[in-house]
Amino acid sequence: MALSKQQIAQRIAQELKDGWYVNLGIGIPTLVANYIPEGVNVTLQSENGLLGMGPFPTEDKVDADLINAGKQTVTMLPGSVLFNSSESFAMIRGGHMDLTVLGAMEIDQNGDIANWKIPGKMVKGMGGAMDLVAGTENIIVAMTHANKHGKSKLLKQCSLPLTGRACIRRVVTDLAYLTIENGAFVLRELAPGVSVKEVESLTDGDLVVADDVCEMTF
Amino acid sequence: MSKKLYANAREALAGIEDNMTLMLGGFGLCGIPENCIRELVRLNIKGLICISNNAGVDDFGIGLMLQQRQVVKMISSYVGENAEFERQMLSGELEVELLPQGTLAEKCRAGGAGIPSFFTATGYGTEVAEGKETREIDGRMYVLEPGLTADFAYVKAWKGDKYGNLIFKGTARNFNPVMAMAGKITIAEVEELVEPGELDPNFIHTPGIFVQRIFEGVDYEKRIEQRTITQ
Repeated sequence: MALSKQQIAQRIAQELKDGWYVNLGIGIPTLVANYIPEGVNVTLQSENGLLGMGPFPTEDKVDADLINAGKQTVTMLPGSVLFNSSESFAMIRGGHMDLTVLGAMEIDQNGDIANWKIPGKMVKGMGGAMDLVAGTENIIVAMTHANKHGKSKLLKQCSLPLTGRACIRRVVTDLAYLTIENGAFVLRELAPGVSVKEVESLTDGDLVVADDVCEMTF
Repeated sequence: MSKKLYANAREALAGIEDNMTLMLGGFGLCGIPENCIRELVRLNIKGLICISNNAGVDDFGIGLMLQQRQVVKMISSYVGENAEFERQMLSGELEVELLPQGTLAEKCRAGGAGIPSFFTATGYGTEVAEGKETREIDGRMYVLEPGLTADFAYVKAWKGDKYGNLIFKGTARNFNPVMAMAGKITIAEVEELVEPGELDPNFIHTPGIFVQRIFEGVDYEKRIEQRTITQ
């Protein structure tokens, strides 16, 4: 059985370490905040200028002057700090973030990522994605293994305009947890009930099955 | 010093002309200079180049200027949620330069700080780097990005005094401080104008030297794009 979006987020949350500063992108990445393991304290960054982002507010605490990068109303946790966009991206570009989790339309076996533009369609812009992939050492991509037409999103080479080059080393999809090493995808964990064959058939890029490949646990 | 103080947007925006380059603070609709935009719409100045992280929504923010076709070029990082914007962009009426958000912020900071260009790894190997100088520094490739300035920068703060010192609230700070630095003339609208000395110097975000004109805004709508609630 392929993982739900919530389960993808749950698997990624297991990678979080106590004390980390983490930026979560829009979509599945945002859900990671719901599964932070017990005893692990992470500080969430919102690139519009907040460290220490809390949950959505209750009705009486809604503040138009307090939103996240997805323009959603949020709250601040004790110890939060506010800053301007230049300082925010100094944190990101300067390599101060411990982890970035973001979605993608395509990734490839060289670690390239495409997630901002489909030629011929309305281009909305890259927002902070290019800065995040260029500036963070530790990135996890959260996405479905195939697109809605059933085509692999794990490619030999990205076909869409790139967001960043040679920057992705880990991906959690609805089928598997894979790393990117030496120009190939390495299958590390399978979603419960998913076979190596299924992952192979939906991975367009070169795939190496790790000797110790195992089933994902939650 | 008190020459910085203006009564309202109408007085403060004197001198704006067609074909100028403007910076407008804000992220989405958060921290946008609502009073200045309202006045720009009333003046119906045309041919503007607008530097702003986003382009508003159809019926608010910069979207109001787009409705009147006042803007010929937008320099932004993200321009979704705006149907009229999309129509003008696809028809070629509106030129759009998309830049990574951090690069855009740093271009404003650099422009305001007297740094003509800087190297960044962001965007290397992507469309954003096309036509730009690149250089290898310590084994990594970087893109040269010029700093940005503007004829006028419009910023919105929470509190300010007649010296132009500003304090922002929440995430409404965003691009406002760096754009304040980069405007040849920076106009700050504040929710609350206070007496000099009332702002603790330890907690001022934008020193008044970056602000040439200031006025107290009225009728803030502060529209929320995504009202998300915990039950």
